[in-house]
Amino acid sequence: MQRIINFILRNKNTLLYALLLLLSLFLTIQNNDYHQTRYFNSANWLTGRVYKTSESVRKYFWLREENERLMEENRRLHTRLYNVAREDSIALDTSQLTYSVLTARVIKNSYGEANNYLTIDKGRRDGVVQDMGVITPQGILGIVERSSQGFASVQSVLNAKSNINAKIRNTDYFGSLTWNQEDYRLVQLEDIPRLVPLKVGDTIVTGAMSSIFPENIPIGTIENFTLSESDSFYQIDVRLFNDMTSLGQVYLILNRKRPEILELENQTRNDR
Amino acid sequence: MTGNSLLTGIVRFISLLLVQALVFNHLNILGSINPMVYVLFFYWYPVQENRSVLIGTAFLLGFFVDLFSDTMALHTAASLTTAFFRIALMRFVFGVNLEFQNFRISNSTRVQQSSFLALLIVIHHLAFFSLEIFSLSNLLLILKRVVFTGVSTFIFATLLAALFARSKE
Repeated sequence: MQRIINFILRNKNTLLYALLLLLSLFLTIQNNDYHQTRYFNSANWLTGRVYKTSESVRKYFWLREENERLMEENRRLHTRLYNVAREDSIALDTSQLTYSVLTARVIKNSYGEANNYLTIDKGRRDGVVQDMGVITPQGILGIVERSSQGFASVQSVLNAKSNINAKIRNTDYFGSLTWNQEDYRLVQLEDIPRLVPLKVGDTIVTGAMSSIFPENIPIGTIENFTLSESDSFYQIDVRLFNDMTSLGQVYLILNRKRPEILELENQTRNDR
Repeated sequence: MTGNSLLTGIVRFISLLLVQALVFNHLNILGSINPMVYVLFFYWYPVQENRSVLIGTAFLLGFFVDLFSDTMALHTAASLTTAFFRIALMRFVFGVNLEFQNFRISNSTRVQQSSFLALLIVIHHLAFFSLEIFSLSNLLLILKRVVFTGVSTFIFATLLAALFARSKE
């Protein structure tokens, strides 16, 4: 007996090692069975907590990608949603629509002057009224200035008086679209603050602040931009999608809610 | 074991466990290599200590790493084996120096430190992968994985050891 105890004491480390090794081997073989893995896996309370905490930190680093994925999905769903709505609205009462669209043809074009006006072949008789938006399939063209019985005069974007709300596509940075009367292919986008990241080739579309144009009608792409040290806004040249020298069929867009918007704005202005 | 070194040991235990579970288990270098840097625990463990305590601690450390890695009890067995052979390795590497009362690993030469760490890693990885693959017919595969993972463990462990080394006086 004494010998046995002595042997155990002398070799206690080896025995301890052997014992624990056997235990671990036993656990390993036990847990190889699928149904036995319930308790010895990373889904238990302790490791679950640790992994959850770690994940709650880690996920911040993927927010941007996550956001982009969601935005992309949103974009896809929005596209479908709008298309569905358009299909449905054919059957609905057209007075429910925000925008109604007419077609017309440019019968007089002008792009070489300082203030260019076009003439189209639809007038008051066809429902053309002042401040309707005019676009081509390629992009924005101008705004109806005044209309007669059978014709209307359109203030082109190539006009020093033209001032259209525009933004960089897929962002909410908006500015004013003007023309410096120099090149009929280029218009200028102003009031984009200097902190906005820009690239040559970015697409410019109409902004949401306009009560004339629906949002996201294409205008052109950024041709070049300058930003001097002291400026807080970019000087941006925008190459128009439209070939202003060759215009034919155009669309006229009427915002049915514009009178309401203007009335509200007037009231606010008067109250002030 | 004095209170201070006990505290150091606990801190090492927990931080190595977390570093292994949260960082190194997800590295997947070249597809499948995850360095097992918690072997450093046996490198840093005080020299003159009760072996039974070391073996018990090794069991716990391996067990918790297993919990985090979903590896059944492979880490447990490997880390037990490392703890068991640690004293033999130290005799082999440090020789008679080990008998001095105030011997410390940080006082030995760099070559000795590195070979001690490397041998710990080799023992640990051999045990781990032998059990994981569990077949002598795949000896080549075992050796391959021991070499690749071992080298990466060695690199990262050396870096970590250098990072947390106490400055020599």
